[in-house]
Amino acid sequence: MNDLSMANTATQTAFDVQAIRRDFPILSQQVNGKPLVYLDNGASAQKPLAVLDAMDRYYREMHSNVHRGAHTLGDRATAAFEGARETIRSFLNAGSTREIIWTKGTTEAINLVANGLAPKLKAGDEILVSHMEHHANIVPWQMVAERTGAKVVPIQVTPAGELDLESFDRLLNDRTRILAITHVSNVLGTINPVNELVGKAKARGVITLLDGAQAVPHFQPDVQALDCDFYVFSSHKLFGPTGIGVLYGKAALLEDMPPYQGGGEMIERVSFERTTWNVLPYKFEAGTPAIAEAVGLGAAIDYLNGLDRPAMEAAENALMARANQLVETVPGMSIIGTAKQKVPVMSFKIEGLHPSDIGTLLDQQGIAIRTGHHCAMPLMDFYGVPGTARASFAFYNTLDEVEQLFAALQKVQRLFA
Amino acid sequence: MPATEQDFLDNPLGKNPTLEDVLDGFEFLDDWEERYAFIIDLGKQLPAFPDDARIEKNYVHGCQSQVWVVSHFHEASGKLYLLIDSDAMIVRGLAAMILIALNGKTPRDLLATDIDELFEQLDLFRHISPTRGNGLRSMIGKIRDIAAAQATE
Repeated sequence: MNDLSMANTATQTAFDVQAIRRDFPILSQQVNGKPLVYLDNGASAQKPLAVLDAMDRYYREMHSNVHRGAHTLGDRATAAFEGARETIRSFLNAGSTREIIWTKGTTEAINLVANGLAPKLKAGDEILVSHMEHHANIVPWQMVAERTGAKVVPIQVTPAGELDLESFDRLLNDRTRILAITHVSNVLGTINPVNELVGKAKARGVITLLDGAQAVPHFQPDVQALDCDFYVFSSHKLFGPTGIGVLYGKAALLEDMPPYQGGGEMIERVSFERTTWNVLPYKFEAGTPAIAEAVGLGAAIDYLNGLDRPAMEAAENALMARANQLVETVPGMSIIGTAKQKVPVMSFKIEGLHPSDIGTLLDQQGIAIRTGHHCAMPLMDFYGVPGTARASFAFYNTLDEVEQLFAALQKVQRLFA
Repeated sequence: MPATEQDFLDNPLGKNPTLEDVLDGFEFLDDWEERYAFIIDLGKQLPAFPDDARIEKNYVHGCQSQVWVVSHFHEASGKLYLLIDSDAMIVRGLAAMILIALNGKTPRDLLATDIDELFEQLDLFRHISPTRGNGLRSMIGKIRDIAAAQATE
């Protein structure tokens, strides 16, 4: 065996995509009479059997309410639920599970932080976001700005889809109180230089929040190394169930913030004279939580931990590289978002075709992509497009699927010719 | 350019081709490529849309693409004439289909037309993504609202 074939064998053992696909039952179906090619992972990713089984097992064997402690099932449910919290802590490398708050998703996590920081804001303060944010990282800040008289200021984006760092340096000033920025752009795939941004913001005492919704499906962040104050993400994009997400926050800041919602679980003692809050993280978890979903998300992360992550990232990069090579096979096609540091997300347009036309005709061929404004209207305005078509890849996608996408795009183009 | 009454009356859709022509033509198409090529071709027959009618009042919300509908009631004949515009080609084709079915009818006749049944018959609800289906329904809803308002006057 020569070196080359040994290397090949090694790669195959490390990352056998066909074996991985068998872990995702939904992928092996036909859509419109064609094998499903699922390239809408940026909107929501599919779930491995490990997640389905964990949730099923939870309901079959241990469901009960958590933190009540009166009986065995309650203990089992609590252990599974808090075990999942520990899995998240370890995934993010947070210092303590007190800093891991369950939310409904990224959107709720950002709303929670925006509301919690509102008392610290006054008229004239500035909240720095960027032009490439998802609406979920714009609108909650606008709502808080409305209440407090603060102002939401966007950092500019370059035509390649990178943050304009000069714009950032110019806008970060003595009035800046909060920097809320996406780790990875949902439209462009750009990986932002968050270490540098957070470092500069911290040096001025600015509170920082990173929206990791599009980052965590592709790589693992380390919140202590990033040193951000808040990091948020959704389970459903990370191969876990819908309806649950995570807010990581530094304990000191979380302690300082008022509760988001009132109800059960979040209180220590209630009386009509005075109600006191529960300790972290429960202070922010009013009501019975999404227990099975938390367990499911824990299982998703355990599943990912069982994969060879460097090999997985290499495989994803190979998908992106192949897609980039094939762009020239579709006349009039151009990529929106050509940052140097990218996750495998490809927003594109084809001259003369509306994104919705592209999406409809790809669907006819069994290929699922996203079309539209991607909840990032300011960015669509920046590029002067009504929307884009977006193929977003996951580690379970194959090079063959990338090729099918381009063959299908060629067919779409022929239909409109 | 603003639309004149003549622009509305000159819109061939609703007269030629007729709904029967379209249904007959559609029957012989056996795969999705042919069906969509047919729809795209129909879209090319949409007459020019008046520039000054691209305003909020005429905008159809709920579509992924931009869609406008403008109407003119022809007093002499008691018929309602419509123009539709979209920036997406498949939506233009579906709009043409809607005009073929509804354009130049009295408001009462328009309201009595079962457009859903037509789209079922054309097998288009099944072949169109749910979001697009919604956009189509918004477009039809807007036209029916116009007709209903006219009918009660």
